[in-house]
Amino acid sequence: MNRVVSNLVGSFVEAWQELRIHRTRVLLSLVGVAVAVCAITTVVALGSVAQQATVEQSERQGGRPASLSMQISQSDGTAPDSAAMQALWETELARYRVGHASRLVQTSQLVQFRDGAAQVQIQGVDPAYGTMHRIRLLHGDWFTAADADRLAPAVLVNSVFYDRIGRPDLRTHPTTTLLGTQNATAVITGVYQATAWDNAPAMYMLADAVQALGPADTLALRGSGQPPSYELWVPPALAEDLRAALTRDVQGALGSTANVQVYRQDYAAYSGDNPYLPLQLVVGGVALLVLLLGALGLVNIALVTLKQRIREIGIRRSFGATAGRVFFSVMMESVVATIVAGVVGVIAAVLIVTNPLVEGFIGQGQVTDFPPFPVEAAVLGLVCATAVGALAGLLPALVAVRVKVIDAIRY
Amino acid sequence: MTLLHLEGVTRTVRLIDAPPLTILSGVDLDVAVGDRVSIVGRSGSGKSTLLNLLGLLDNPTTGVMLFDDRPVQSFSSSHRDRVRGRDVGFIFQQFNLLQGRTALENVMTPLLYAEGRAFWQRSRIAAEMLDRVGLGHRLTALPDKLSGGEQQRVAIARALVRSPRLILADEPTGALDLETGAAVMTLLDEVATDSGAALVTITHDPNIAATATRHLRLDGGGLRPVHDPVRDRAHDPALDAVRGTAPATMPDAMLA
Ligand SMILES: Nc1ncnc2c1ncn2[C@@H]1O[C@H](COP(=O)(O)OP(=O)(O)OP(=O)(O)O)[C@@H](O)[C@H]1O
Ligand SMILES: [Mg+2]
Repeated sequence: MNRVVSNLVGSFVEAWQELRIHRTRVLLSLVGVAVAVCAITTVVALGSVAQQATVEQSERQGGRPASLSMQISQSDGTAPDSAAMQALWETELARYRVGHASRLVQTSQLVQFRDGAAQVQIQGVDPAYGTMHRIRLLHGDWFTAADADRLAPAVLVNSVFYDRIGRPDLRTHPTTTLLGTQNATAVITGVYQATAWDNAPAMYMLADAVQALGPADTLALRGSGQPPSYELWVPPALAEDLRAALTRDVQGALGSTANVQVYRQDYAAYSGDNPYLPLQLVVGGVALLVLLLGALGLVNIALVTLKQRIREIGIRRSFGATAGRVFFSVMMESVVATIVAGVVGVIAAVLIVTNPLVEGFIGQGQVTDFPPFPVEAAVLGLVCATAVGALAGLLPALVAVRVKVIDAIRY
Repeated sequence: MTLLHLEGVTRTVRLIDAPPLTILSGVDLDVAVGDRVSIVGRSGSGKSTLLNLLGLLDNPTTGVMLFDDRPVQSFSSSHRDRVRGRDVGFIFQQFNLLQGRTALENVMTPLLYAEGRAFWQRSRIAAEMLDRVGLGHRLTALPDKLSGGEQQRVAIARALVRSPRLILADEPTGALDLETGAAVMTLLDEVATDSGAALVTITHDPNIAATATRHLRLDGGGLRPVHDPVRDRAHDPALDAVRGTAPATMPDAMLA
């Protein structure tokens, strides 16, 4: 044990001394290794960051896996009785113990801004919707159950809306006027980031509050109340069974005039494909090539310097270095060198990937919590560096153990 | 206590397109702890070959060779390396310091192959050893910045840093002027005495040979005693050269 540790440390010390002496030559060949490791690490890291970004974006749209959506229409074009439907919905949620579910009511509403009135899209949702779609707010908080009891409805507005009203401090309880035959006042309790391509104001409201606004206005100040659709967040393993059960139950309750559709709408239901895969493969392949070229440079240097070092190896042997130790030390020279290059490469990759410019490019302003630098990418980079060092060190190490001590120290 | 015992040791090397060359044809030798042995001999007589055998760098072709009463032929390769590292210290004519490494790093080298305290405290031990040979102020000097005498002192410190029981010096003063050579030998003798090691010195210089307690001459592949090395000049190769009777194969370096 003791011998193993001192052999290991000793080899490391010898390797380091050797590298120090040939630092210029070693440095040059290591540039290639560092660049390659940086490229590999960056590509892998960007891939997983991009994937995370894609997932987050998909989840914001389609919900987290598995999300079921239920749409109901009637063959005669009327909406099912909303009170009966609400009772049915609550029964179903209780029966299958679905903890996260939300109604969705789409409508629009004329809102008074300082520079005139404008139509604003309203999404009526239940409080669970925030969790189901991973909604993160720039300011304020998502709806809670208590928001249902407010006299003036709470609204969460998007950043476009917020900018347009002059970004008031939410602690001052800013309000906005919803125009109608009878104007209503809503309190702004939160702000969320509008998508990059979205430049229209929009808001979330609790579904009940949307319904309380009343029916469509004749002056078209308010959109016609579509029947709500429904969303459930369920364990992926149960998704298919629940889908079938829900369809059967609701269809049974509403009769044959109703058309009940329940389907999975989260991204995982389609495919987990990584859109960046082709790019990753190309860059990864080139990086691997550069890595091998760097290794070749190392082998070359090691072999050239080895000629001059045969005497040195002989001297070391005469002071007690075993053949195994010489092999290991020469091997370590490459490995220590490429690990150093690997660490540099990985650090560069971290700097590149976590750079705000790059994050902005990948996230397109859509990724709220950027995943930290993926550890597996860093590990992969270091493993590549070590492997290439061991590969490059093998040949010189084999030559080094074949050195005949008595010939080496002869003069 | 007998450290080395050689009996009828031969060493034959195979040549590529010539009959095998017998360098040593029957060497008998005993070296005990604390011995001071000097070996003289013509150039090409096989002195270095013998020293390589004594230092476990090479194996005899035939004959008995015991190290610590154990036949060396039975040692595994790595065991020989470890025994050599622990018990043998080499000093070479050309110093053979590791270029680009400081004096301290050079002296630390043998300790890199040690274990335990000797390994972990190598820096301190090496610095003490350098101090011992009077180079405590040149720890960070590179070999090419040191004089020949200083380099050989570094080499002595390196050979002795693991307190070997056997010190093998192959013409340790060969690259030094007379005065420096004498000073280096005095130092070597001192530190060897302090550590109780046996010292086997190969030399051309009868005055250096005279500092030993046993004097041997290698001739015709075997060792024979010399009673007074200073008087025994008849066969001194250096003098042969001066008289113009040197063998044609004598290297130029020898004549210089
Ligand atoms: N591996 C080998 N292959 C061929 N010949 C060898 C080998 N080793 C030694 N010799 C020859 O054996 C003879 C003795 O060599 P060795 O180096 O032992 O002599 P030496 O006494 O140390 O000489 P010097 O005083 O010049 O150092 C020389 O002629 C040398 O050329
Ligand atoms: Mg010799």
